[in-house]
Amino acid sequence: MNYLKQFTIILFVSFLGELLHIIVPLPIPASVYGLILMLLALCFGVLRLEQVKETADFLIEIMPVMFIPAAVGLLESWSALQPIFVPVVIITILTTVIVMGVTGQVTQFMIRKGKEGKKK
Amino acid sequence: MNAFFADFIFFGAILSLAAYEAGLLIKKKFKLAVLNPLLIATVCVMAVLLLLKVEYQHYQEGAKYISYLLTPATVCLAVPLYEQLELLKRNLKAVAGGITAGVLSSLISVFLLAKLFSLNHEQYVTLLPKSITTAIGMGISEELGGIQTITVAVIIVTGILGNVIAEFVCKIFRIEEPIAKGLALGTASHAIGTAKAMELGKIEGAMSSLAIAVAGLLTVIGASVFANLM
Repeated sequence: MNYLKQFTIILFVSFLGELLHIIVPLPIPASVYGLILMLLALCFGVLRLEQVKETADFLIEIMPVMFIPAAVGLLESWSALQPIFVPVVIITILTTVIVMGVTGQVTQFMIRKGKEGKKK
Repeated sequence: MNAFFADFIFFGAILSLAAYEAGLLIKKKFKLAVLNPLLIATVCVMAVLLLLKVEYQHYQEGAKYISYLLTPATVCLAVPLYEQLELLKRNLKAVAGGITAGVLSSLISVFLLAKLFSLNHEQYVTLLPKSITTAIGMGISEELGGIQTITVAVIIVTGILGNVIAEFVCKIFRIEEPIAKGLALGTASHAIGTAKAMELGKIEGAMSSLAIAVAGLLTVIGASVFANLM
């Protein structure tokens, strides 16, 4: 278990993600490129799971903390938000519930349909 | 404004971490979904900044080192995903169908509600990428001519809201399959929702991570089509 080595690998993949973000002219962030690269590296055996596992688990565990600064940033955008505050709040609440419900229901329906199909 | 805090680079980081610890303690004590550690921490930090009259910029001096880890942490989401790869392959159709349905329902519901509230084009495209991860959402908003700061604010609020109401929504809609729960969280409320999915279980967490990437990429295409509707 070598945390520094693992962290170096993770940062290096993040860096490759940044590189792709700069080269490819699409609004896709470095983090998503990095996620895909990391997955490919693991699938194709470029990296072994134990080369990143413990540090990855740790970073994922403390992930909620990393959103605090951005969330506190709401203080700054308040003045821009104020004029359309009520519709934005209603739209945010409704769409979040709708998207969660639809995604979950559709996935569940298809999983269960697939299981039934296999039984027959 | 209080200039005293301008000189510290540890203040913002300590404040954020301590507020999160407080959030964890409060959650442990009362065990209510609304008492979400991230939500509590955010409110606490805001309260401290307002009470001590600290400028956000000065808080950011220290807090930015916490945000710095966000990209590497997102990259690490590939690890639980890799561990559940077999499960993903077995349910590929359901996963693809679920995320696509979720992304479409997001775009359609934003479109209909924007019409209902007669928002203008600028406000409409600002809200279109609200369910996806901040970095992609910001890019889409900018590309389509939206107001970036509001997009970011709405994305964060959507994330926290999704994180807080997830268990409640799953109960009402009778979503019981771990894969379905994970995808629902990731598609509706991106990485902040995924933090919740990780708490629910390994499968939920992996599926939610997958949904961040796939829903984000689908929205890049979908939002540019929907932007022309209004």
